[in-house]
Amino acid sequence: MGATVFFGCTFVAFGPAFSLFLLTVAGDPLRVIILVAGAFFWLVSLLLASVIWFISVHLSNREDSRLQYGLLVFGAAVSVLLQEAFRFAYFKLLKKADEGLATLSEDGQSPISLKQMAYVSGLSFGIISGVFSVINILADSIGPGIVGIHGDSPYYFITSAFLTMAVVFLHTFWGVIFFDACERRRYWALALVVASHLVTSGLTFLNPWYQASLIPIYIITISMGVWAFFTAGGSLHNVLACLSCKQEEDNRVMVYSALQVPIED
Amino acid sequence: MITFMNSSDSEEEACNERTSLISAESPPAASYQDGLQAPEAAETQTYRKRRSDGSCSPSDADGGNSDSGLPVRDIAVDNKEEEELTLKYGAKHVIMLFVPVTLCMIVVIATIKSVRFYTEKNGQLIYTPFSEDTPSVGQRLLNSVLNTIIMISVIVVMTVFLVVLYKYRCYKFIHGWLILSSLMLLFLFTYIYLGEVLKTYNVAMDYPTLFFVIWNFGAVGMICIHWKGPLHLQQAYLIMISALMALVFIKYLPEWSAWVILGAISIYDLIAVLCPRGPLRMLVETAQERNEPIFPALIYSSAMVWTVGMAKQDTASRDLTQQTWDSAEDVREIHENPAYVESEIFEARSPAPTHPTTSLLEELEEEERGVKLGLGDFIFYSVLVGKAAATASGDWNTTLACFVAILIGLCLTLLLLAVFKKALPALPISITFGLVFYFSTDNLVRPFMDTLASHQLYI
Repeated sequence: MGATVFFGCTFVAFGPAFSLFLLTVAGDPLRVIILVAGAFFWLVSLLLASVIWFISVHLSNREDSRLQYGLLVFGAAVSVLLQEAFRFAYFKLLKKADEGLATLSEDGQSPISLKQMAYVSGLSFGIISGVFSVINILADSIGPGIVGIHGDSPYYFITSAFLTMAVVFLHTFWGVIFFDACERRRYWALALVVASHLVTSGLTFLNPWYQASLIPIYIITISMGVWAFFTAGGSLHNVLACLSCKQEEDNRVMVYSALQVPIED
Repeated sequence: MITFMNSSDSEEEACNERTSLISAESPPAASYQDGLQAPEAAETQTYRKRRSDGSCSPSDADGGNSDSGLPVRDIAVDNKEEEELTLKYGAKHVIMLFVPVTLCMIVVIATIKSVRFYTEKNGQLIYTPFSEDTPSVGQRLLNSVLNTIIMISVIVVMTVFLVVLYKYRCYKFIHGWLILSSLMLLFLFTYIYLGEVLKTYNVAMDYPTLFFVIWNFGAVGMICIHWKGPLHLQQAYLIMISALMALVFIKYLPEWSAWVILGAISIYDLIAVLCPRGPLRMLVETAQERNEPIFPALIYSSAMVWTVGMAKQDTASRDLTQQTWDSAEDVREIHENPAYVESEIFEARSPAPTHPTTSLLEELEEEERGVKLGLGDFIFYSVLVGKAAATASGDWNTTLACFVAILIGLCLTLLLLAVFKKALPALPISITFGLVFYFSTDNLVRPFMDTLASHQLYI
């Protein structure tokens, strides 16, 4: 407890998110707006899920702890499904916005591509989800106290921080895959994303048995990352080219009539 | 109020933050395609307007342009291009307002969470005389409604008084009033704030140092706000006085009254700006008729402008609007006229330059593209978020939810501004979202998230 734990956990949980924000989002006003709007959509989905959970709790027997736990599981599942539903709704909104932007622009092309929007929306869901999950825990970690004095795990803070980092990455990857799947109508990919979200949320139910929850979650994160990388157009060739810092041969053709270089996505 | 400036300032402006010391950048050359597109502009203008109305989104076509001005085409199709440019520059303006609103809220939240003084109950303002320490819920509700009625009527009276003064050109009185209120904010409230912060962190400061610090802070603030100063410094001072005012409101408004007042003032804002006989609308129209900007002391301006070339004589005849005005101060012990907080969004009518003889390269007149937001908006947004931080049982989720809600409301309002191009109130959408999110997050989401966190479950 204290400043060490607070700063350590904050940087573990939000370091990647903050760096991604600074390097990729903060420079472009449009992306910042997409980020904030994505956070808003996630909040609305959380609100609806909380309403459902709240109503179910109030209609049920408060004393029965097994029932309450079951309702919590139910609430978490509903929340996951609603988050994905709102991700779909955000996809629809961004598609419309993309068309609008393309109309308004001078050269008929939108200043931001759908893939970039997918990434930013995924990041926004990840950041707001991570923040909502862990900010109160971080605030408590500044104060005095002993973790796990009643027999709970003493690793609560650090595992929460690592779980949050995983959640941020997962949402980013899910965003990329989801938008691409919606765009190309690959419904199996959609179902897989929703299923992996449910599995991830379900794995956290195994806490505090951290070996069973953290390790599989990170395996899922890495595999989602690889999948998102290939979905976004990455390939081994790209990675090698990037690492070797070679200048690619430019074999694009200059179109003189419009004085424009065809823009690659 | 949010004002959207499309025209550069006239030269007769004596004191205007836009003539202040800003580093000039060389304006970018006219884009080659602009001239090519000019002939089709007339036909496509209405088409684009309809399209843009239909498919407009919060994100505007601003592909990360870092320039702050665009040469205006001097052809008759300026209206269409101005619409396009308005919408194009929308994303950048949204961010130019997100940043100060966020900074103000961060200052207020940081103070509320650390300095105990602003969450202690130490009496109430004279404008909210009814106490909320009553046993029954109904009585408490009634008292808060009565407090709200008194507060809103005070604000209405003062706004009408201000409009009357403005109409009858009593500029000296208004100037004096504004100077007095900013003096109060910059010296007295800063002194109290600094004292409380020093007490919280147990730092000792001797009176000479204190006098030196407060004197410099206040004097530079007065100069920046009422006269000339670097734009960023002026913006920083406006943010600071908004935060100070919001902190005063958070401290002295009782709980339920604060929420009811927030709701009532957004309704009042809606009425005052949009109704034909609304005081703020009359104010704006009077200012537009007279071609004057309203006092820059109470508006946050995000724009930078400079004019090059032939712009001045044409734009001098144009309307410059903006205003929002907000000044609010409530001091218990001193009986002064309280100023009020009004918030509106305004947009200046953009001038359509009509000098067809200039060639494409000569149209290097810079147009100011900026948005202005009234300080009242800053204050009430910060009051909402600060109250959420102060009273939401130590929960950060509520504060963050209100913060996101306010930003989204601001974004939507700016979108409406780009579409409707007239004065719009800045409070209603943001405050509505903020209130909805506050109450729902505090009562519904918080138990859910707390229960999840206690089992270390992630959704």
